[in-house]
Amino acid sequence: MTAEQTSRIDASELRVLVCIKRVPAPGARINLTDDGQRIDTAHLGFAMSPHEECAVEAAIQLTQEAGGEATVLTVGPEEAEEQLRYAVSLGIHKAVLVKTDGEAVNPQRTARAIGAAVAALEAADGPFHLILFGNESADSGGFQVGIRVAVGLGRPIVTAIKGIDLELEAPAITAKREIDGGLEIYKLPTPAVLGVKEGLNLPRYPTMKGRLASKKAEITQFQPGESEPDGLDGQTSLGLIQPPQKASNVVRLGEGPAAAPAVVDLLDELGVL
Amino acid sequence: MSELPAKSKVVVIGAGIVGSCLVGHLSQLGWTDIVLIDKGPLPNPGGSTGHASNFIFPVDHNKEMALLGVQSANQFRDLGLSVDSGGIEVARTEARMHELARRMTSAKAWGVEASLLTPGEVKELVPFINEEVILGGFYCSSVSVVDSLETGTQMRNLALEQEALKVFANTEVLDLITEETPIEGQTKIKAVVTDKGTIEAEYVVIACGVWSNRIANLAGAYIPLVPAVHQMADVGPMDVLAETNNEIGYPIVRDMDTFCYERQSSGSMEVGSYGHRAILHHPDEIPSNDAAALSPTEMPFTPDDFDPQMETAIELMDMLGDAEIKYAINGLLSLTPDTMPCLGEIPEVRNLWSAAAVWVKEGPGMAQVVAEWMTHGYPRVIDAHGADIARFYEEEKSDEHIWARATEHFVKTYGIVHPAEQWAGRRNLQVSPYFSRQEALGAEFFAARTWERPQWYQSNADLVQRYELQEREVEWDNRWWSPISTGEHLNLRENCGLVDLSAFQIYELTGPGAVAFADHLAVNKVDKPVGSSVYTPWLTPDGGFHSDLTMMRTAENTVQIVTGVFDGGRDQFWVKKLMPQDGSVAFANITLDVTTLGLWGPNAPAVLAQLTDQDLSQAGSPYGSLRTVILQTASGPIEATLFRISYVGDTGWEIYTAWGNGPALWDALVVAGADLGLRPTGGGVYGTSGRLEKGYRLMGNELESEYSPVEAGLARPKVKASDFIGKEAYLKARQDGPEVQMCTLTVEDHTDSAGRKRFMMGGNEPLLTLDGARIVDSHGRASRVCSAGPGPSVGKHLLLGYLPNELAVIGTDLQVMYQNEYFPVKVGAIDGSVFDPEDSRLKS
Repeated sequence: MTAEQTSRIDASELRVLVCIKRVPAPGARINLTDDGQRIDTAHLGFAMSPHEECAVEAAIQLTQEAGGEATVLTVGPEEAEEQLRYAVSLGIHKAVLVKTDGEAVNPQRTARAIGAAVAALEAADGPFHLILFGNESADSGGFQVGIRVAVGLGRPIVTAIKGIDLELEAPAITAKREIDGGLEIYKLPTPAVLGVKEGLNLPRYPTMKGRLASKKAEITQFQPGESEPDGLDGQTSLGLIQPPQKASNVVRLGEGPAAAPAVVDLLDELGVL
Repeated sequence: MSELPAKSKVVVIGAGIVGSCLVGHLSQLGWTDIVLIDKGPLPNPGGSTGHASNFIFPVDHNKEMALLGVQSANQFRDLGLSVDSGGIEVARTEARMHELARRMTSAKAWGVEASLLTPGEVKELVPFINEEVILGGFYCSSVSVVDSLETGTQMRNLALEQEALKVFANTEVLDLITEETPIEGQTKIKAVVTDKGTIEAEYVVIACGVWSNRIANLAGAYIPLVPAVHQMADVGPMDVLAETNNEIGYPIVRDMDTFCYERQSSGSMEVGSYGHRAILHHPDEIPSNDAAALSPTEMPFTPDDFDPQMETAIELMDMLGDAEIKYAINGLLSLTPDTMPCLGEIPEVRNLWSAAAVWVKEGPGMAQVVAEWMTHGYPRVIDAHGADIARFYEEEKSDEHIWARATEHFVKTYGIVHPAEQWAGRRNLQVSPYFSRQEALGAEFFAARTWERPQWYQSNADLVQRYELQEREVEWDNRWWSPISTGEHLNLRENCGLVDLSAFQIYELTGPGAVAFADHLAVNKVDKPVGSSVYTPWLTPDGGFHSDLTMMRTAENTVQIVTGVFDGGRDQFWVKKLMPQDGSVAFANITLDVTTLGLWGPNAPAVLAQLTDQDLSQAGSPYGSLRTVILQTASGPIEATLFRISYVGDTGWEIYTAWGNGPALWDALVVAGADLGLRPTGGGVYGTSGRLEKGYRLMGNELESEYSPVEAGLARPKVKASDFIGKEAYLKARQDGPEVQMCTLTVEDHTDSAGRKRFMMGGNEPLLTLDGARIVDSHGRASRVCSAGPGPSVGKHLLLGYLPNELAVIGTDLQVMYQNEYFPVKVGAIDGSVFDPEDSRLKS
């Protein structure tokens, strides 16, 4: 591990990067294509993964409080600009699209593409003090990309983070992770990488003015290039299976005040009372 | 939950605002054994009701939409589920200010309190508005916000409490089963197949909103509508709104020129848009309840479509710009090809009813219409012919047509739509045999449903000079109008005119029971000698007008029915659903076998005499008679039927011949009339100026189910002995006498406050006393302009409207409101004509 930067961070120079992924909007039942190879996206809306919404919110808050600049990056198709602009509409300053041309991606390739883009961005504008990932993506849930990028860059990473404090003076990052019955608290030097989870904060919605401004935002584009395989692309996706629908049995406990005793019994049974 | 029953009297599919109100109304009307099913959960099954913006602006230029809107608003109020928030339509352009004056006129017609506001007055009511971008506003204090889901629940409860209803949520319709009937092209509903079992039913009502056409298709039927996106975003919170501590504390603002509205919803503002491109979906693209992120009809938001509206919304209310967009959807609603709802029994399948393409704002009222229709054989609360699903022709039921028309009119949702506005797309669906000749003459075609009809001919432009005619001063009054039409009128009165009547819808009843059945439909006697005709109303069971048409006894066992193109679908269905099922009567639609030309004017006999040896005098071809003749044309002799009748007030004939003979007939008449002043003459004369000078009533304008033949002045001295539909009510109406009478009024001064001459269009302008008060009868029917147009031969602009007996006196001075101004009018005729009241020219 190399700490490239040990002196205090000048607030105006703070640089935070958030990596996001375009995924089908959560909340809907996800249908599969007939061949079972892909998600049927015909009637789906798209969003960034919920954990990443918290990462974006954290980046905005950190730069709003301390100063500096927050950048959002995604590896994806042209359409992923929608998620980048969404992040910009919330208050992110810069957006980077590492454009894939529809070819299959896997955690290894994605991580290599991000690593290459980070290297290029840092070469141009200086290092990112903090790189944020969602803990895992909402669609494939591999839990890998953030870790692979951190390892590739030779930076420390902690995942499942639900609290971040940035000390510019040190400079250092304090990150909190929830465990059963308590908290784990980590202190990391900068630059560092974190995988964050929902609950870290309450993400904001875009304003109309933010949305309109985001339309004019310039999106930096990178072609991922054919990076050297590192011998780790071993896995092959064989297909997707739709889990059986869980039938939800609605039991009517009664109507109005008459239902109260049954409700109490149920809450008691569930151990809520 | 109980088991789905194997049988019931009526199954209503869809538990949104319409289906829920329908079961409530049916139970109030005495129906029992009703089953209501919905594939979604209750109280919000996931259709359009669940995301509706739930506000009602009670002013519309269309009578059905306006009065059913008010009726619906009152039903919400009666349930205590409505708040009068008030509402303002703001104008950013002069054209819109003109439109707001027109809104004031319609408000007056329907008795809705309204006022025009200055920008400053708008700001007093809505302090966060930027008054600098608006020119004024139209304020209506009775604009209301309703709770549509709770209304649905309470209306269902009404039926549940009477033990008239069983409700099954989460029950999906998989098929509709029909059985054959003896009538060709018509089946009958038998059962509804659901994922919880099959239920046999005597009646089935489709109230499935955006899914309705898909469900109707299961039975081989059509409900021509398409799911379309209406974008909405909820932005907030904003202190100024939160401080009201109210769901709605400020008037709703409709920013008409940007096609947006801003409606407070507690601490937030709902911004809704009709300003984006038309985004239509096939019903199969709507996700199921399980697969939908929100609800099925809350589709993923497409922000690019909404961005332009955001900019204009911020312009109007700057505070919106800094508020967060908490929720935004592409909400689905239903659009039909002609903007009107789809109500009534579906022509393809007996006892299968439609209650669809209805928005929350008119839901309870339209549910009442359908419930009454099912109960009494026709609605009572209002004449609903404009919403009758039977109005559609086959070509109007295709997805291609529905999508094209919906795309064209969606962007006019808040548009300024002229009463005579023509469709741009999907034209020439049905043209007459003369179409190429008419195009060559520069015909200006107006569409009548699927048919093209010349309104006037540019080739007659010389008549404008000959009769020293002028364009109208104000562009709005001049739009879709031409002084050429007046020239054609005067030429017809002086010489003669040739009118294409091919759009007539012609049906033939044949068989041993044909004449008796025809008499069962008609008020006036059809059972007359072969070669006779009768002009007659067809009544609803309550004695109002269902139709107004001509029936001809063309052979011993044959009756032809000739009706207008706007009523063809309704009349055809009326016949087919009422005709005997024992095989004694056969029905045929011969519209495309026959073409009709009208030849009228003082020179008409001289023109026609060149083609035939038939005695064309009143002795040889008396008024009302049918004569089959051979006409000589350049292509050889052709057989034709001469029907001595006139809808324009001058002597002449409707000439019927085989469709293929049409061009030869046209050419022969044009040649014969060359030296007799014959001109091709458009619908502006036939349907408006010629008709109005004679006070001839038009179905859908003057004639509606709310009025009886006695009031319309169409009662004959005697009533025929045989029975007919509506006879009992008709006899009572004759005994009671009219409360109102159909009058022709003349406009005495056209000058508005700006010194310009204005011309009423016949768009429901209110007829008022000299004090400016509305004139309303004991049934709540307001006196209004049913038709309007020029009377070139009497030198006056003419209006037709009903007036109470005490005002229905020739010479009575009244006022008409037009564009929010008052103009003096005088009663010129009652039950008759201002031109040639003795009808001397008809029989000359």
